[in-house]
Amino acid sequence: MKTAELIPAQTFCIHHNIEFAFIDSLQRFGLVEIITEEEATYLPESCIPQLEQYVRLNKELDINMEGIDAIIHLLQRIKKMQDEIVGLKNRLSMYEGG
Amino acid sequence: MTFIDYYEILGVPKTADAETIKAAYRKLARKLHPDLNPNDKDANKKFQQVNEANEVLSDPEKRKKYDTYGKDWEHAEEFEKAKQSRGQSQHSYGQSNDSGFGNDDFSEFFSSMFGGSGPGSQGRGSQVKYRGQDYQAELKLHLEAAYSTHQQTLTVNGKNIRITIPAGVENGQVIKLKGHGGPGRNGGPSGDLFITFVIENNTIYKRSGDDLHLTAGLDLYTALLGGEITVDTLGGKIKLKVKPETQNGTKTRLKGKGFPVYKKEGQFGDLYITYSIKLPTNLTEQQKELFKQLSELS
Repeated sequence: MKTAELIPAQTFCIHHNIEFAFIDSLQRFGLVEIITEEEATYLPESCIPQLEQYVRLNKELDINMEGIDAIIHLLQRIKKMQDEIVGLKNRLSMYEGG
Repeated sequence: MTFIDYYEILGVPKTADAETIKAAYRKLARKLHPDLNPNDKDANKKFQQVNEANEVLSDPEKRKKYDTYGKDWEHAEEFEKAKQSRGQSQHSYGQSNDSGFGNDDFSEFFSSMFGGSGPGSQGRGSQVKYRGQDYQAELKLHLEAAYSTHQQTLTVNGKNIRITIPAGVENGQVIKLKGHGGPGRNGGPSGDLFITFVIENNTIYKRSGDDLHLTAGLDLYTALLGGEITVDTLGGKIKLKVKPETQNGTKTRLKGKGFPVYKKEGQFGDLYITYSIKLPTNLTEQQKELFKQLSELS
């Protein structure tokens, strides 16, 4: 069985100087998963880089929750399209150059 | 080292107030922020410039110093001392040929004028811990090298990193090396290093995923009468039986003789061989006669 690494949400908030309300809003938008154990809230370690990206978008660019949601959705679409372009280029190279 | 016009970078006049500067910075940051422009080196470089311009122009003290000395920034300290002692000093202006912005967060120009500090270390900086910047790198590999798992040492920002490249890596594939990116700010963790593989193919094979495609020449007689040919594969030479009356363009699949499947040891794609029948040239009189007889028979 896989063991999930959990980070206390409070620790993350202190570390990044943010209010817990921000994490709570992210959860409401379905952007992060919060795990509650014995009344304490935790964040899966695997989602920390993504969460830090949300913090940067919010703090450095003043982007609100709706904006973050839209940006993440668009970035995922861009990534999917970029992967598709790479795949298509690789297939195209089969027919190029004789 | 060259003078950097921070007003020009932010696109604001020299008389711009704090609000105008903030608005201009926000607008450009939203356009160029690395989180919104992954894998875009140009955008990342421009973002550094915008960040630096904002760091100076949004801080009244730094802006004052910058406005006072402007292009004479190289001699700011000397001017300060001279002013204090009411003395006079004359200096010749040195030449510089650096481009200004490098790979670090701040340019040499900034370091020279403000003492090499980044945001957070002076004035309005906070104690927020930030994860370091993610680095992007490209690694070129020949198709033959990508065929087998091997180790390679990379030098990233002066540090040697030894990585294992699994067999079957694809062109354009990206791998992440955790913690090998830029250092974090205020004690934050380091960023990650993303390596994009560029597979160069100068071989006779064409790759499509895990499958390889090869065009093999076949002489007329083997094509008509059948026989055996030797084919080079990336795993070595193999002998192949050719059926009699094989047509030009016939495709044969050799199962498991293609490219290794990424991170699936012992699994390989297939090798597709397309026969290209070569007609004989410079026929002798006897050969011509025999072909004539053949044509009359059919």
